[in-house]
Amino acid sequence: MNSSSLRRTALPAVAVLTLGLSLAACGNNDSGSGSGGDTLSGGGATSQANAQTAWRAAYQKANGGTINYEEVGSGTGVTNFTSKAYSFAGTDAFLTDEQLSAAKDACGSDVVEVPAYISPIAVAFNLPGVTSLNLDSKTIADIFTGKVTTWNDPEITALNSGTKLPSTAITTVHRSDESGTTFNFTDYLNKTSDGAWPDEANTVWPSSAKGGQGQDGTSGVIGVLTDTEGAIGYADDSAVEAAKTLGVASIKVGSDYNAPSAEGAAKVLEASPAAPNQPATSMATAIDRTATAKGDYPLMLASYLVACQTYSDSATADMVKGYLTYVVSPDGQQAGADAAGSAPLTSALSTKATGIVSKIAGS
Amino acid sequence: MTATVSPEKEGLDTTQTSSRRGDRIFAAIARLAAFTILAALVAVFVFLAVKGWSGLTAEPATYAPFTSFVSYIYPLVVSTLLAAGIAVIVAVPFAIGIALFISHYAPRRLASVLAYLIDLLAAVPSVVFGLWGGRALAGYLQPFQVWLHEHFGWLPFFGPGPPTPNGRSLFTAGIVLAIMILPIITAITREVFLQTPRLHEEAALALGATRWEMIRYSVFPYARSGVVSGVMLGLGRALGETMAVAMILATTPEMTLNVIGTASPPTIAANIALNFKEATPERQSLLIATGLVLFVVTFMVNFLARWIAGRSQRKLNA
Repeated sequence: MNSSSLRRTALPAVAVLTLGLSLAACGNNDSGSGSGGDTLSGGGATSQANAQTAWRAAYQKANGGTINYEEVGSGTGVTNFTSKAYSFAGTDAFLTDEQLSAAKDACGSDVVEVPAYISPIAVAFNLPGVTSLNLDSKTIADIFTGKVTTWNDPEITALNSGTKLPSTAITTVHRSDESGTTFNFTDYLNKTSDGAWPDEANTVWPSSAKGGQGQDGTSGVIGVLTDTEGAIGYADDSAVEAAKTLGVASIKVGSDYNAPSAEGAAKVLEASPAAPNQPATSMATAIDRTATAKGDYPLMLASYLVACQTYSDSATADMVKGYLTYVVSPDGQQAGADAAGSAPLTSALSTKATGIVSKIAGS
Repeated sequence: MTATVSPEKEGLDTTQTSSRRGDRIFAAIARLAAFTILAALVAVFVFLAVKGWSGLTAEPATYAPFTSFVSYIYPLVVSTLLAAGIAVIVAVPFAIGIALFISHYAPRRLASVLAYLIDLLAAVPSVVFGLWGGRALAGYLQPFQVWLHEHFGWLPFFGPGPPTPNGRSLFTAGIVLAIMILPIITAITREVFLQTPRLHEEAALALGATRWEMIRYSVFPYARSGVVSGVMLGLGRALGETMAVAMILATTPEMTLNVIGTASPPTIAANIALNFKEATPERQSLLIATGLVLFVVTFMVNFLARWIAGRSQRKLNA
């Protein structure tokens, strides 16, 4: 009896105390400012997370100081950049016109956008005994829109004459969260499938593609692919390779079928035209999904780093410049590739990016 | 034990002495606690309303893959109610059974061990339930769901369309939710069952009632409102549970009542968790607006359930 009455009095007291403390904690939220001598705050796309960890570790070891990268997603990353909470941001999609003008206002100068992280996206599947398949864009679109429902459908067998395919039902797996991977995958299908994929590129999976299973994050997709016989999905190539047991489709490029490759992705980015309405300091690229050169792999994701050309604080400017220079350098790109399985920038792109980054300065 | 000393006299005495100040202070603290939690509730509501308002009437592109707020939220609300419904339907009989066993049937030592273990279930983080539900339980439930589809496919909840290939359905999510709300409902019903006056129970037994009749006519009526409160708490948890659903459920934007299909729309809470990270500011206000809807839906469901429970109670008394 005694102890329960004690509990009755203690409980509200504890509750009030907790509430008070948490309110106080909320009040302190704004203290993380972007500029400052030895600390650099940035954040954004989750796709860059693994590579950023490697870059930060290497940079901090060589130059000292602290660099933060918060995996808050591309949208929030850019918003925090334009509100000056971040000194730099990572984003899977280059800035829209609106974001660009907001960022320009925030910087008081042009905005620097350089590709930092390129990764091929693999179309992976789970069919015991089958490790590779040839698929063209139209067939992939028909599979993901629910038109092709079994693995031995004539549309698939026609492309794979040497392979015996089972009558297993196809389960398509896509991302349930908003994702740059989904954006690039749907962009590829929309531009290359001759109308089989009517929806424009979007970070959200379209409702017209029926019968698929949405899963949270790359690991969610890989998990279901591994667990479900007959499943097919798309994910970062490095994640698919790490899963080991999954088969990987070679996609039709020109008249060849190409497996995902880091070099193929980097080559496509280099050959692609610049995005319209971007400043000279931007390397934003409208990826050419219809590239057909030998070895090209146009189903890929390019993630950018965004920074100001001038900063009011010269220490911040130096640090951003130093960090970005390292990231786009061949060393940094190789470190990213080792840590995250990304594709290093080609030397031409790396040189161009270094040139742009070198103009970052204090005002 | 001084509690049996005539309370009126004691009360008169205390009003004269300095302990009255203690009374006032304690009453003030209690009131403060009550109003603080109300203030927190209001603050949440205001935040959702202010930040989410623009999400109600944004540009059509914001509602991708739909074009209006209603078409965006409708499938999510249906899924939320379905998942919570499955959870409550499965959990309530179990919880009442467990609570009765602990309070009236089990030997004391077993009862205390069992009660402790059930309480422990409440301490398992939802992420762990999500992992287990998606990677392990889903596979075991899949054949059962195929069976459901084959025999009850004519019901809108178990058909049409092919049954789930890997068990990652709303049904599995609902079962995991049931396991998650089980300890809450069990703990509360167990406590109220134990509060049944011993005299009522002995009177029933003395009149020749069997044990089941004693429980039915003396324990259940006495515990009714407590059980309803426990179920409401569980229901609230089920409506708002986020991580487990986000990790288990295979989602599709397409509205469906089929809980054992290939995929279902996510629940509102899971949808917010899935999409908030990569959302643009407009999408963020949309997601906050869906949070506002969840807030309102939870209130309405609670209100409705209490009203139904209260009505049958009144009928019983009449």
